[in-house]
Amino acid sequence: MTRRGPWFVLLPLALLALWHVAVTSQWVLPGIIPAPAQVVESWYKWIFGPPGRSLSPYSGTWLANVLYSSRRVLQGFLIAAGVGIPLGLFIGWNRLVANVVDPSIQLLRPVPITAWLPFSIAVFGIYDAGALFLIALGAFYPIVVNTTHGVRDTNLLLLRAARMLGAGPATILGKVVFPSALPSIFTGLRLGVGVAWTAVIVAEMIAVKSGLGYVLWDAYYVGRMDICVATMFSVGLLGFLSDRIILVASRLVLRWRTLEAHA
Amino acid sequence: MPERPPTGRPTVQVVDVWKEFVKRGRRLEALQAIDLAIEPNEFAAILGPSGCGKSTLLNMLAGFDRPTRGQVLVHGEPVEGPDPRRGVVFQEPALFPWFTVLDNITFGPKTRGLRSGAYQPQVDALLEQVGLRGFESHYPAELSGGMKQRVGLARVLIMEPQVLLMDEPFGSLDAQTRSLMQELLLSVWERHHQTVLFITHDIEEALLLADSVSVMTARPGRIKKRLAVELPRPRALEITTSPLFNALKREVLTLIREESLRAAREGGD
Ligand SMILES: Nc1ncnc2c1ncn2[C@@H]1O[C@H](COP(=O)(O)OP(=O)(O)OP(=O)(O)O)[C@@H](O)[C@H]1O
Ligand SMILES: [Mg+2]
Repeated sequence: MTRRGPWFVLLPLALLALWHVAVTSQWVLPGIIPAPAQVVESWYKWIFGPPGRSLSPYSGTWLANVLYSSRRVLQGFLIAAGVGIPLGLFIGWNRLVANVVDPSIQLLRPVPITAWLPFSIAVFGIYDAGALFLIALGAFYPIVVNTTHGVRDTNLLLLRAARMLGAGPATILGKVVFPSALPSIFTGLRLGVGVAWTAVIVAEMIAVKSGLGYVLWDAYYVGRMDICVATMFSVGLLGFLSDRIILVASRLVLRWRTLEAHA
Repeated sequence: MPERPPTGRPTVQVVDVWKEFVKRGRRLEALQAIDLAIEPNEFAAILGPSGCGKSTLLNMLAGFDRPTRGQVLVHGEPVEGPDPRRGVVFQEPALFPWFTVLDNITFGPKTRGLRSGAYQPQVDALLEQVGLRGFESHYPAELSGGMKQRVGLARVLIMEPQVLLMDEPFGSLDAQTRSLMQELLLSVWERHHQTVLFITHDIEEALLLADSVSVMTARPGRIKKRLAVELPRPRALEITTSPLFNALKREVLTLIREESLRAAREGGD
């Protein structure tokens, strides 16, 4: 990180400048794309402005919508992890479970979560449950698949060592297979949280009436492209933040592994 | 010295064992008609060229694998699966990288459901004996190769096994560390006199440590000859310069040369 120095800001600054020039000199789509300064101003009002003014319906509502979306992502993600990790452990561990469950997962996995939208609305209506279903489903696949891989990659020698020391299946699963699969599980969680943010935006655009996805679609309808762009940045930041949180958690949990990498 | 079992039968009996692997439809004869008996408290070494089936033999004694034909008995009972009474030290240390040295060593006792009070004295004694005091909270990644192997030995010794199965445990260590480990193993064995099966392809190592050396043929592996090593105990590194040691070494070298010539003549697969 430190060796990269301040150079990484160069490209974003250049892109911002290009964006600014393109808008102010009216190169592209005049009147449709807002200038960076305008986005910043609207974003600021959206966050800090006094709420409840009819003139600016977005004023001061940013945090509430961020919390709506974040809560859905968190809930859906927890459901996905709560189902995906144990199921992945069993699929990777037990040939019978794998034969029964794995083909169905592989068959359903290519169906994009966006394609589940009508189904989700038909079943759950336009309530939170529909959004949670989509988020949990989207995040579930990478989590279950990576957990399964992690379990199957367990070193045969370590399994033999554990059995030789008298360990039965439960001990082996808890003390050998699970820790051995953890790096892979964290990879699944990071991919999963990314999908969860995709899913929450899609779900909120169509299936519920709150959250950043709802604001995004609503702002588009009323021609507030500045709010749209501010929403995009907000979602990007939140996605980045949740990825970092999982990364930090994994570094803490996998301390033994970072030692290995430096050895 | 621990009491010997009352019966006069060997601790380890390998009776006419054959092992065949089938890999992608091709059959591979790994072991042929192996007969081997290891007496109680005997330190038996097996010497053989790479790929001759030494690990295959040890895996069957450990209970990781089963013979295609024949019987593997320990204390007169057929080996059905792995058991802490038969401790295995692998060529790679095979430590649990997510556990500290202490947690690796106490894996067995904890699995047995013992309270820490019950095994703490033995753990302390073992740490002292294998020279790991002060490293209890280190992770395997922070240890040298020799230290990892000492943890691998300690986690097995804490289970007080009657039989020790060692598969080229010092094969990947540098010469200096290796002779330190050999001395350590000798001192452990002098104290407890476990029945040991020690696999190596280092002739001097086999002669320094063992009561008997069985020389194996190239694949498919058979036992070509078993030699008694009647060097006095307790042994130390100096013994490697004694006339008897050198006579035995010459004898083993001749056997191995015969074997490699035969393998080269018949070879081609
Ligand atoms: N699970 C297996 N499936 C197929 N072939 C195997 C299997 N295990 C061992 N073999 C083959 O059996 C032969 C003997 O293998 P083994 O590992 O016992 O040799 P080794 O004497 O221990 O060799 P080294 O000194 O290199 O460790 C080899 O040709 C090996 O390729
Ligand atoms: Mg081997």
